[in-house]
Amino acid sequence: MLAYLAQRFLLAILTVWAVSVLSFFIIQLPAGDYVDAYIALQRETGTLVSRQEAENLRTQYGLDQPVYVQYAKWVALILQGNFGMSMEWRRPVLEVIGDRLALTIVVSVVALLFTWAVALPIGIYSAVRQYSFGDYIFTFVGFFGLATPSFLLALVVLYLAFSLFGANIGGLFSSEFKLASWSLAKVWDLLKHLPVPALILALSATAQLIRVMRANLLDEVRKPYVVTARARGLPERRVILKYPVRVALNPFASTLGYLFPHIVSGSIIVSVVLSLPTMGPVLLRSLQSQDMFLAGTIVLLIGVMTVVGTFISDLVLLLIDPRIRLVGGR
Amino acid sequence: MENEEQPILSVRNLKTFFFMDEGTVRAVEDASFDVEPGKTLGIVGESGCGKSVTVRSILRIVERPGRIVGGQILLYRNAAGDRPGHVDLTQLEANGPEMLAIRGDEIALVFQEPMTSLSPVHTIGNQLIEAILLHRQVSRREAREIAAELLHQVGIPRPAGRLEEYSFQLSGGLRQRAMIAIALSCDPRLLIADEPTTALDVTTQGQILDLLRSLQEERGMAIILITHDLGVIAEMADDVVVMYLGQTVEKGPVDDIFHAPKHPYTQSLLQSIPSIHSRPRVNLPTISGSVPHPYNRPSGCPFHPRCPEYIVGTCETRAPSLAPVGERQEASCFLYEDA
Repeated sequence: MLAYLAQRFLLAILTVWAVSVLSFFIIQLPAGDYVDAYIALQRETGTLVSRQEAENLRTQYGLDQPVYVQYAKWVALILQGNFGMSMEWRRPVLEVIGDRLALTIVVSVVALLFTWAVALPIGIYSAVRQYSFGDYIFTFVGFFGLATPSFLLALVVLYLAFSLFGANIGGLFSSEFKLASWSLAKVWDLLKHLPVPALILALSATAQLIRVMRANLLDEVRKPYVVTARARGLPERRVILKYPVRVALNPFASTLGYLFPHIVSGSIIVSVVLSLPTMGPVLLRSLQSQDMFLAGTIVLLIGVMTVVGTFISDLVLLLIDPRIRLVGGR
Repeated sequence: MENEEQPILSVRNLKTFFFMDEGTVRAVEDASFDVEPGKTLGIVGESGCGKSVTVRSILRIVERPGRIVGGQILLYRNAAGDRPGHVDLTQLEANGPEMLAIRGDEIALVFQEPMTSLSPVHTIGNQLIEAILLHRQVSRREAREIAAELLHQVGIPRPAGRLEEYSFQLSGGLRQRAMIAIALSCDPRLLIADEPTTALDVTTQGQILDLLRSLQEERGMAIILITHDLGVIAEMADDVVVMYLGQTVEKGPVDDIFHAPKHPYTQSLLQSIPSIHSRPRVNLPTISGSVPHPYNRPSGCPFHPRCPEYIVGTCETRAPSLAPVGERQEASCFLYEDA
């Protein structure tokens, strides 16, 4: 068991390293660099950047050196806890990301809780009452949720809220709190703004989870151990909740690891539409402007989160599934 | 009725149908038999003849879209005490308190697949103690002691330690013993064993059957043993019910069924058993044709398309019913209707 954990841990570190290499090279892939993008932007506004000035910028950011030297420097800085400067924002990367990272996590967690709280009971109901009227209703709603692009839903909700109630539901803060420092009033303001974006972000995952839970449970409720539990005289509700639901939940533990990257990268457009101060829009913007340290850090962060999440879900699986703990973990 | 003659369970003209989109499957069409106290009733028949659905009907755990549509299942009790002399299980609510109190307490089930009959994520002890606590007024600690004692009784070595183990850590034979321990936890009057040895290797089969027999002697419980293995029936059963396509075609004491089978289906079944006396390298007799598709049930006697003694003009038009063909033997066949 300990050996299993150690092996998992070493593999995790190796994976993080591979992710760092990949993320660095991927953001180098598009033609040109930040300075080219900067020059192009300046030209649009009518300012010309001289060749000398461009060279200076390149030296300043180390862009004139070979890629592997740039990578080595980047990693060396990261190991010291310094993620470099954002070229576009002209501030340390961590400072740019800081609040947004926290808000992203808050929004993700709320969306996740909503997803589970709604999808799991509905999935159980749909499986236990398969082909009932309720099952058909939820199936219809579920496919509707799956087929509707979230950003479209966001636009529709924005429009309706504004045209019917005159409310602007975009963003996570009222305008007076946007730049204010953290206080109880600001937290309360955040809580008031959270439900709508979290709901929109959770919709497709909820629809998906209902289908997965229903299918998992349908596989399990027909198994003999459920029949024998029933034959023991256990009341039906306890039969279902104690046995097949318990087994059907196991696969969810293994998907924990993908939730965070999914919410960050899957919600970019929604976040832009709803102008949420989360990571998604910053990632998009930094990729456009080839702000490599910022983009690299975010991509690396998502990678690390995935690896850590996977590691955690391995641990959870180990805890809840004796088949893995006692046989697979040997 | 004499007390000695009184069965503990009497199934009369049971009909359990499955209402599918494609049509109605008459899984149990007309099953009738009695279970005597302390005796073993063997139910035998090919796959799909409705054996399992019959016992699930008795326990009222038939899954939708299946439903009992007719007949009676009478569970007899001693008239003494506050409980009535008998209760018709088909009239009870499937998940109502009365049925829950009967299930697992008065009637218990051992299932055919020991591999999957125990939860993969709960320990043996968890499931065994759960069964004890459901029907007995004992504390959790007492239940634990009873559980260990039960495992000991079914021949599981170092029972206290096994309580903490999971089903996948046990061999097939031990798993089936654990299943039997769970079924026996509340001292049932009737144990239903649905193909209890099918998934086990031959030596283990023998051990499990011996165990069932000795437990029956100790506790005096009745057993319904479902199997397609006539050898097991010959070894274990006092009485036999032969089923074909959901119908009881013949029933009687085991010796009569084996030595003087009356129904052509029973006769064909017995002929298809390899014997030590049969000539080598000669094909075994088989029953011609195969079990009809459930949506395509033959008219009249369901066996007539495969019957070697098919009476043209009678068998395909009318359905025979069970009638005495011997002292305690009954068969459902036109060959004996005139006699």
